[in-house]
Amino acid sequence: MNDRVKRLRQLSYDAKPTISAERAELITDFYVENNGKYPVPIMRAKAFYHLCQHKAIYIGADELIVGERGPYPKAVSTYPELTCHTIEDLNILNSRDKTPYIVNEDTKDIYCEKIIPYWQGRSMRDRIFVDLPQEWQDCYQAGMFTEFMEQRAPGHTAMDGKIYNKGLLQFKQEIEEAIASLDYHNDPEATNKLHQLQAMSISCDAAILFAKRHADLAEQMAAKESCEQRQNELLRIAKVCNHVPAYAPRDLWEALQMYWFIHLGCITELNGWDAFSPGHLDQHLNPFYQKGLADNSLTKDRAKELIACFWIKFNNHPAPPKVGVTAQESGTYNDFTNINIGGLDYQGRDGVNDVSYLLLEVVEDIHLLQPGCNIQLSRLNNDHFLKTACRVIRKGYGYPSVFNADAVVAEMVRMGKSIEDARTGGVSGCVETGCFGKEAYVLTGYLNIPKILELTLHNGIDSKSGKRIGLATGEVGLLQTYSQLFTAFKQQLHHIVNIKVRGNQYIERMFARLYPATFMSVIMDDCIKKGKDYNDGGPRYNTTFIQGVGIGSITDSLSAIKTHVYEKKTLDLAKLVSIIDSNFVGNEAVRQMLSNKTPRYGNDNDQADTIMREVFEAFYTEVEGRPNTKGGKYHIDMLPTTCHIYFGSVMGAMPDGRLAGEPLSEGISPVQGADRSGPTAVIKSAGKMDHVRTGGTLLNMSIMPAVVKDDQGITKLAQLIRSYFRMGAHHVQFNVVDKEVLRAAQQSPDQYRDLLVRVAGYSDYFIDLGTDLQNEIISRTSIERM
Amino acid sequence: MTMIKGTIFNIQRYSVNDGPGIRTTVFLKGCPLTCWWCHNPESQSADISLIRYPELCISCGQCKLVCEHPDQCQLCGQCASACPTESRRMVGKQISVDELYQEIAKDILFYEESGGGVTFSGGEPLSQPEFLIAILKRCHEMGIHTVVDTSGFADPKIVKTVAEHTDLWLYDVKHMDSEQHQKLTGVSNKIILENLKQLISDNRQVIIRVPVIPTCNDSEENIRALAEFLLSLPRLTNINILQYHKLAEDKHQRFTMDYRLQNIEEPTEAQMNKIKKVLERYAEKVTIGG
Repeated sequence: MNDRVKRLRQLSYDAKPTISAERAELITDFYVENNGKYPVPIMRAKAFYHLCQHKAIYIGADELIVGERGPYPKAVSTYPELTCHTIEDLNILNSRDKTPYIVNEDTKDIYCEKIIPYWQGRSMRDRIFVDLPQEWQDCYQAGMFTEFMEQRAPGHTAMDGKIYNKGLLQFKQEIEEAIASLDYHNDPEATNKLHQLQAMSISCDAAILFAKRHADLAEQMAAKESCEQRQNELLRIAKVCNHVPAYAPRDLWEALQMYWFIHLGCITELNGWDAFSPGHLDQHLNPFYQKGLADNSLTKDRAKELIACFWIKFNNHPAPPKVGVTAQESGTYNDFTNINIGGLDYQGRDGVNDVSYLLLEVVEDIHLLQPGCNIQLSRLNNDHFLKTACRVIRKGYGYPSVFNADAVVAEMVRMGKSIEDARTGGVSGCVETGCFGKEAYVLTGYLNIPKILELTLHNGIDSKSGKRIGLATGEVGLLQTYSQLFTAFKQQLHHIVNIKVRGNQYIERMFARLYPATFMSVIMDDCIKKGKDYNDGGPRYNTTFIQGVGIGSITDSLSAIKTHVYEKKTLDLAKLVSIIDSNFVGNEAVRQMLSNKTPRYGNDNDQADTIMREVFEAFYTEVEGRPNTKGGKYHIDMLPTTCHIYFGSVMGAMPDGRLAGEPLSEGISPVQGADRSGPTAVIKSAGKMDHVRTGGTLLNMSIMPAVVKDDQGITKLAQLIRSYFRMGAHHVQFNVVDKEVLRAAQQSPDQYRDLLVRVAGYSDYFIDLGTDLQNEIISRTSIERM
Repeated sequence: MTMIKGTIFNIQRYSVNDGPGIRTTVFLKGCPLTCWWCHNPESQSADISLIRYPELCISCGQCKLVCEHPDQCQLCGQCASACPTESRRMVGKQISVDELYQEIAKDILFYEESGGGVTFSGGEPLSQPEFLIAILKRCHEMGIHTVVDTSGFADPKIVKTVAEHTDLWLYDVKHMDSEQHQKLTGVSNKIILENLKQLISDNRQVIIRVPVIPTCNDSEENIRALAEFLLSLPRLTNINILQYHKLAEDKHQRFTMDYRLQNIEEPTEAQMNKIKKVLERYAEKVTIGG
């Protein structure tokens, strides 16, 4: 890290997330003046143009890559058209213990005077909670599932390589051609397409204008700059911003700035989940890097500096503020940009190149909260690459996570994508598989699978609220066999998924009609060709996911019931239910028996793992292939973010011995502490899941730092990963941290401010996590020898 | 299929200090030696035994409820299977070659990826020769790399047969002086050293393992004697010198066995390095730790 990078890094690290009313105010002004004057897509594009035209431009000292969504680093925009924060929300954001956002009085005043009066009752969030049926509201309240789109737009996507070969003016050309070929007489959609395409064209102008304003500011700053070196840099910034994104980049600097403007455009027009991601960044940058080295316009150090400056920009952009259940399911500043390194190229060849290693060096140097990164590991990638990544993993920042590139491609091909498209894809967000630059793959919310069992054991009544939210599948006393119990469970599952999907379809249409992503649509194949929006089936592939949570907890609970109620007959089911309803009070021996004398997931025990597969199969069958409203289909993911904590908090005790309110198992990891047969057994159990039929699974493992201290440890870690991937598994990630350190950090948080840990599909500062989540991470089983 | 059964007391998957790669270590029960520093005191008796973890006990009384022999424990195991907290556990179980093979086979993928395999340890694996040979054969048939971790105290004929199905020996040399050996381990080292010589003459792969136990076998004299012995071997071998750990103290208490090494400190890194340096002149390679 050179001095410039150190300064920028420190500035980014120290900046406090602050709510900026800038975007809210600009968008509100525009709506007050213009709403109803234009077709919706054009209205949205003009609003985006208005933002790009009027928002403050920031070029910080030392910066080489420029552009902020807010007026300055970590000044976070809000999206009142989607979620209109109340004054109470703002007060909570300002004062809450974990992940607060500073809200100053000016911001509150603007909200009071302008934002709230206009948007209250009109925002998407307000409408969802009014329009959706009561049964949906009841399930949502009970914590049966969460709803991703109640505060944020569909996002979850990443860029392919097209923006490195094509400027926005060329995209505009394509848009003009598409408009010219519209057939108004035979295509009933032609006028809608016209509006959509016009909107895309306006959005291109907006992004070009935004860049031009940076160029102008840089020139003005250069004129006043006394330091010659900085003056030259500012002039270079002006040159770069005058060129991209209008034209295709010509060198590494322009390539990075090109992506960054595209990124800012996507996260400014809407607050899509997972921000936006550059996809296979190493493969996109390598031609520019090699060209620069060849013509002596670039050195390795300069390249590293530019990439580091680029890296830090992501960290300047905390997630848009989340409140309510959404804050609980995803309680972090991390906005989940996730950069892919390595893997395959689009022709199926080894995609690792010099920039792959360069990125790993930058990751190791910078180690900020954002961006996240992962390695895509194919059979074709050599062990040197894997071990280099393992040495970064050893540092304990929680990244890079490791994905099986061959499985990722297989998952996409199974979902119906062409092999070439699949290979240009990878993962974004936490672990989600998608076709970069060609797909909307939208996660819609977590499903609390263990709570479906709880519902089954209470004949459809939510034991917390006493409300009926499920079906009357029979009093427990009538469930005479395990198979009857499992059938009742599947009926409840069907019922709850139906309710969830009905809500999803409604919200999906809402975004299609009211909140088109007219800028993102420009760069996503085949939105221009189809004349359709990203949120309305414009992309080549349109996938909707529901994410299952708590597979370990439900497996162990079903296994406990099967073993003790139906096989050993030491307990009858009604008795067991009354014991868990009283949270095992006075029944510690029963709790211990259930916990210790039950075959449990994570031990390579076929009896338990078969139950895991049956639950997986039930969930998969229930969700897979349902049509969404965009011509695409539903699939499943198995990941939790922080939702296993929230879902645990809405549940009573469970038959696996888990006490009321405690966290559920995380990702596809075993219940915390239930895995007692070592890491190979955990890997074998997790490997029995049919990963290729998902769009992503998440396995978390903890390792004591001592076991990877030398090369032998690194080699064994690499071998464990390779073994897991031979089973066709999707992903694994590692926390390399001493539990004693975590306990110390709980005691003296101030001394451990920069301690990063792996939470679910992302890293976070340990001290920023809620106490429940901190304890959950400490209770995960560690690999103690290697 | 063979019906031979053996007694084992643990199967440890993901063993990484008992030979190359990722391994599964099978601990066979019963040992003719009684080393003072024994790390697995529960393994010495060939019989099944009961171990207690009083800190886990919640006084639920289940063990008393199911006990059919309150006056004289018959080691029937009823209390252990009834104990909900696993505060009582049986040490040792009978297992057939087939059953054991199924357990070993679970991690074949990891053995293949890492160049690992199975290790038989103990107790003393050579003290159940028929069973050991049968399971070694079975593993070899399936292409699994085999290691035997032994004290070497066994009939030379047994050693010879076992060697046919063993890819690598981890072979303990605890003391060079026969009398001292007798005192510390309960047996003479004569047959042990002879067996070792024979294995090396037969060109078997062997790693000699020397536990370094302060005040017992770390004297200069003993190290020198070891060096001379190494010199007398037909070829140079690899040596592991293993640092004594106090861990066993706790285990001995659970078994209400005398621990005769109280107040002995673990050897320092400097001491280990010194020994390493001396032995390096007489060995192919010396490593500290497994």
